[in-house]
Amino acid sequence: MDPVVLLRGAVALTGRFPALSGVDLSVAAGEVVSVVGANGAGKTTLLRVCAGLVPVSSGEATVLGVDLRADPPAVRRRVGLLGHAPSLYDELTAAENVRFALRAAGLGADGAAPALARVGITGRLAKTVAGGLSAGQRRRVALSVLVARAPELWLLDEPHAGLDAGARDLLSDLVTEAVRSGASVMFSSHESEIAAAMSDRRVTMSGGRVADVTSGGRRAKLAAVGEGGSHVA
Amino acid sequence: MSISEKTAAVVRRPRWLRVVGALALVSTAATVWLGLWVTPPDAVQKNLVRLVYLHPPIAWVALYLAFGLSALASLLYLWRRTRSMFWDRLAASSVEVGVVFNALTLATGMIWGRPTWGVWWTWDARLTSTALLLVLFLGYLALRRVPADPEVRARRCAVAALVAFVDVPIVHFSVIWWQTLHQGATVLNANLSPTIHGSMAWTLLLGFIALTLVFVWMVGVRYQIEVLADRTGAERLEVSLAERWAEGELESPSAGGNGHGNGTTGSPVRPPTRVGQ
Amino acid sequence: MWRDALLVAGKDLRIELRSRVALWQVLPVAVLSLVLYAFALGPARHTLAAAAPGLFWLAVLFSTVLATQRSFAIESGEGTRDGLRVSGIDPAGVFLGKAAAVAAELAVLQVVLWAAMTLLFGVHVHTAWLAIVASFLATIGLATAGTLYGALSAGLRVRETLLPLLVLPVLAPVLLAASRAWSGALTGPVSSGESWLRILGPFAAVYLVVGIVLYGPLLETA
Repeated sequence: MDPVVLLRGAVALTGRFPALSGVDLSVAAGEVVSVVGANGAGKTTLLRVCAGLVPVSSGEATVLGVDLRADPPAVRRRVGLLGHAPSLYDELTAAENVRFALRAAGLGADGAAPALARVGITGRLAKTVAGGLSAGQRRRVALSVLVARAPELWLLDEPHAGLDAGARDLLSDLVTEAVRSGASVMFSSHESEIAAAMSDRRVTMSGGRVADVTSGGRRAKLAAVGEGGSHVA
Repeated sequence: MSISEKTAAVVRRPRWLRVVGALALVSTAATVWLGLWVTPPDAVQKNLVRLVYLHPPIAWVALYLAFGLSALASLLYLWRRTRSMFWDRLAASSVEVGVVFNALTLATGMIWGRPTWGVWWTWDARLTSTALLLVLFLGYLALRRVPADPEVRARRCAVAALVAFVDVPIVHFSVIWWQTLHQGATVLNANLSPTIHGSMAWTLLLGFIALTLVFVWMVGVRYQIEVLADRTGAERLEVSLAERWAEGELESPSAGGNGHGNGTTGSPVRPPTRVGQ
Repeated sequence: MWRDALLVAGKDLRIELRSRVALWQVLPVAVLSLVLYAFALGPARHTLAAAAPGLFWLAVLFSTVLATQRSFAIESGEGTRDGLRVSGIDPAGVFLGKAAAVAAELAVLQVVLWAAMTLLFGVHVHTAWLAIVASFLATIGLATAGTLYGALSAGLRVRETLLPLLVLPVLAPVLLAASRAWSGALTGPVSSGESWLRILGPFAAVYLVVGIVLYGPLLETA
């Protein structure tokens, strides 16, 4: 099967600075890949390149069969990005934010409530303006958008940062569910060990390119716990 | 070729450009000579009319040639089938030279106006719209200075040029309706009958040709500078890439030399591909 | 495209309703500017009355710059700009939606300004239809051109100073035509005021179309 993400010698510039200086990477369907590395190594740019937001100035880059050098917008609808800063409007409530995102994607707004419920944002919380939620809650709301949209490729930028244990479990459940429905997941993290435990492969970035790849422990953990997971959100 | 050899190759003006430059020089000199000495003074304006050999041609170059060319080049850059950095560089060079000619149009216009109308400035249709155009395209140059990836900058400036250019006829008509002190177009009249003739008409024609040649030469030179600048940018990028790579080596010395290629499909790591056009 | 436009316009207006920035900041500045013009020109009624149409549209013009900057400040958090691009919304829809929201705000602004102007400068509108049509067309032109340039300068660090430099020369014909049209509606001959609609109409149409066509490539420069 064709890889979901295929990068060869990809160079990406932010302004004049080569954030990615020649990345070789491939991600298969249904795979969970974590990206680790120091600050400034290029993790965020890598994810944004895969989302079709940052142009690739040289090398090869194909995501979901779309050549990123030719037509980046074509990939955006099919990809879900959870950025550093969740893309929420502070003045709109959690529910309104999700409904907007869903309608923008051409989906019905009815998917908002169940998605929010899945991430534990219900009732009064759902009616609170995003500016009044905590960072962790905002992350959950942004995640619920991904849950509702169910894209083929999930790109999560440091999703674990600042989350408590319960939220982290929720995250790994959502990732498992996404993979089970055929999606692939890429996420970045500062914590190498956690990243390795939650992914099938852990890619280490340094100086804008891939420095190291090791296998992760996700499948093993799933098998040990019993397929389907048993964490309660 | 070494960097200095490559630079020398670009800086040495291509043959056609040198020919144009020579022709421009000769024709401009001829225009000046004819305009100042050979042609007769006007019955009404006396010697002041000699500015007609310069001012309308400069205006024509600035308003129609330069900005028209930049709009066309911008369009061609944005259209996928003809996209190429050539159009972007051409548009930018054209605007820059156009701004210079625009300022000259205003200057010669004011010089002509002072003795004729008694004032340096008047809210005459042509002067006003020319002044507005100047600011419009100064905005383009300001945008161009914002540091960005060359292709991002090219796209942004192309859109800006088109949006500005679309305003040009609107400015033109609205200001003409507003005030008209400027004499009607001497050559480009609606009924196309020039109000000057004889040796004056020929000199005027020569003036148009001469200044068009000057424009072409200046754009050519400016284009070369743009190519050089892009080349410097590309070389700076390679240096940045090398530094970025080195950053990687320093951070993870163990992984740096050995871990390449593990788990990735097939391709071994190699130096970044040459960033060329 | 229209559906997306409605969606974006609704979002922008809802945010405005909640944050009330245009209401409490842009509007007061516009009214204040009318007062400042009186300070600058002197309180003589006939001077102000003669200058009124121009001053009105000057105030609207500067408010357009403010409103446009605010429209793009809504997406100033990096997350939201990315979110809008990744959502797959038709860029032309984003353009129309944002421009529509700005136009709505400008419309409300003009009503208040008109009331203030009647009060402060002592002028009356004789030919209402001319004033309204001119306003309608001018507002569309201002909003569309403003949104276009807002997008051009959005996300650039120098945007606060760049946006006025870029957009004011473009909007100058609107200022000119709208002032002359309102002059006709307030005092002078209606026919001369009417003729200026022939500038306002094409301007609005042109920038509407240009925006729809060019907004896509523009968003790519973010």
